[in-house]
Amino acid sequence: MATLKELSAKKELFTGGHRLCSGCGIPPIVRLILRSTDSPIVATTATGCLEVGSTIYPYTAWRIPWIHSAFENAAATISGVETAYRALRKRGRIPDRDMKFIAFGGDGGTYDIGIQALSGALERGHDFLYVCYDNGGYMNTGIQRSSATPMAAATTTSPAGDVIPGKQNWRKDLTKIVVAHDIPYAAQASPHNWADLSKKAEKALKVKGAAFMNVMSPCPLGWYTKPEDSMKLAKLSVDTCYWPLYEVENGVLRVTYKPKEKRPFEEWLKPQGRFKHVFKPENAHLIEESQKRIDLEWQRLLDLDGKRV
Amino acid sequence: MAITAIKGKTALTGNSAIAYGMKQINPDVCAAYPITPSTQIAEEFSSYVADGAVQTEYVTVESEHSAMSACIGASAAGARVMTATSSQGLALMWEMLYVASGMRLPIVMTNVNRALSAPINIHCDHSDSMGARDAGWIQLYSETVQEGYDNLFQAMRIAEDLRVRIPAMVCFDGFITSHAIENIELLSDEEVQGFVGEFKAVNPLLDVERPVTYGALSLQDTYMEFKYQQSQAISRAKEVVIEVGKEFGKRFGREYGLFETYKLDDADVAVVILNSAAGTTKVAIDELRGKGIKAGLLRPRLYRPFPAVELSNALKHVKAIACLDRADSMSGFGGPLFNDIRSAMYELEARPKIISRIYGLGGRDYKVRDAIAVFDELENVKKTGVVDELMKYITI
Ligand SMILES: Cc1ncc(C[n+]2csc(CCOP(=O)(O)OP(=O)(O)O)c2C)c(N)n1
Repeated sequence: MATLKELSAKKELFTGGHRLCSGCGIPPIVRLILRSTDSPIVATTATGCLEVGSTIYPYTAWRIPWIHSAFENAAATISGVETAYRALRKRGRIPDRDMKFIAFGGDGGTYDIGIQALSGALERGHDFLYVCYDNGGYMNTGIQRSSATPMAAATTTSPAGDVIPGKQNWRKDLTKIVVAHDIPYAAQASPHNWADLSKKAEKALKVKGAAFMNVMSPCPLGWYTKPEDSMKLAKLSVDTCYWPLYEVENGVLRVTYKPKEKRPFEEWLKPQGRFKHVFKPENAHLIEESQKRIDLEWQRLLDLDGKRV
Repeated sequence: MAITAIKGKTALTGNSAIAYGMKQINPDVCAAYPITPSTQIAEEFSSYVADGAVQTEYVTVESEHSAMSACIGASAAGARVMTATSSQGLALMWEMLYVASGMRLPIVMTNVNRALSAPINIHCDHSDSMGARDAGWIQLYSETVQEGYDNLFQAMRIAEDLRVRIPAMVCFDGFITSHAIENIELLSDEEVQGFVGEFKAVNPLLDVERPVTYGALSLQDTYMEFKYQQSQAISRAKEVVIEVGKEFGKRFGREYGLFETYKLDDADVAVVILNSAAGTTKVAIDELRGKGIKAGLLRPRLYRPFPAVELSNALKHVKAIACLDRADSMSGFGGPLFNDIRSAMYELEARPKIISRIYGLGGRDYKVRDAIAVFDELENVKKTGVVDELMKYITI
């Protein structure tokens, strides 16, 4: 893998001057991913913060060919681009060289409305990488809940009310669903651990066939947190084992980071305004139940570490 | 009825003719999803792919929404792209139809006309493509298998013309045309290739030396200019349709204009109708002409863009007109064809009487006697100058 010095010497393919919020997790994720290959890249992005924040006609933050077509179809759109590449290369109409295809989508565009297109593209085995930046909600449209929103989080469609204390469903484990497609590479990553994320992106872009990365993406606006705390919160999501870092490479699962000291889930919740209500005494069970689930899932991953899944 | 191929002709269904035409075009990418009654297009084309008869990369998408999305990705990437669908499939694509036209991607799609649910029905009407009439696609309608086949190549030329660059839809009737075997004149592969020519991609994504951004956010300051340019481009398509039609006629002996007329020049009463039902109407006209009734027909071929001036010129001498729609706008004010034709005629000093008749929904038969009944009504309107019922469902 490239060293930090080498990575930082690479040309920036996603420029500054975009309109994403300060403290947003998306730009470091995108920049790290785009640095993870020396081959030319074509990318697409689902409707959402990244798409809206990286373009406004006539400006673009993308120094690579890029297309946004709609919300639920990033995987289908990139399927078409990648297929055109194979078709035109075969016919000698484009230079005969390796190219990479990446689709970016938020958790809404991936876990929810885009899951069908994603599943289809993974099953067909297009040679591409799908990157989901998971900020736990529809942030672009004003912080509505998604199926990635954590249990009990307050959003504008799962508000903490007098009767219902925020979202009342467990989040969907999309990485598990993706792994069930038996694609050559799937991983979870977080931008605070740039080395782990970059290594995974390198692998994901190297394999032939479909690859998937689910990346934790802090959102100061939607989480009610301070912009300067984003990377700290990303790290806490991993150290509490809410967001385990692992990969499944050709069917074999590997936990890529094991915290020396597993932090209590509360520590991740506490600084986030969206969980304020769960610290009321009557909601204490919400934290307990969440902690139990996290412990179970973490143990499941540890049991599978190094095994074929 | 036994079908025997006559010399120089081949007996093919509408779907087989389209699949064969696609094979002859040999596009770079095809992404399609099966739906009755257009399924055979996807099936037969995938056989051509499996047998190596084409170099096309075929994407077996998991839905029509993804079919159109993949077509958009492939077309923006720089590929020549084709697909086919019907009914619910076209409805599922609806969101992406606007993206394809807004991005000015010259995708060519065959839509085999079928009714929309509910209730679910697999048979012909035009509610699917009529629902997409404002999606910014060129729409060519076809009476016969031959015309559908010929329209496919012309659609490609029109869509890809640099004055236009707008996606195009070729429509014909589900089952009636898609599954009926007709003796048609096929072009040779060389003739097809010579006619459609090589595809020239404009600003392709795969040109990595010159990175472009497709689908940027565009707000109050620029959105309207994009739409204005799109509107200008689709308006220009009309001239290109005529031009391409003439060239096709010169090369292959079959010329199609913006519309077809049948015994319209001296007609007092006329029916305006799309696709296969025009054939039935022509038989009725022949019968009525035998009785001295001056009946005629106009069958629009190009429906989007709408050639309003040409249509109203062709119809202006007629005394009473019935627009027969195989789709209802559910506006309580007649079908879409009626509304467009009637609006086109408004500029005339002396306007004919124009009535709306809805026929053939969900595959309901439209027989010669049904056409005659409409002409009888028109004769009455002509005589009395009075329209009793402006809008009416017939054959119910
Ligand atoms: C078909 C469709 N439905 C709804 C929307 C409105 N919409 C745009 S972005 C978005 C939410 C995006 O959420 P997510 O994918 O999590 O990305 P983020 O906003 O967090 O970047 C929604 C609901 C849309 N553009 N298209």
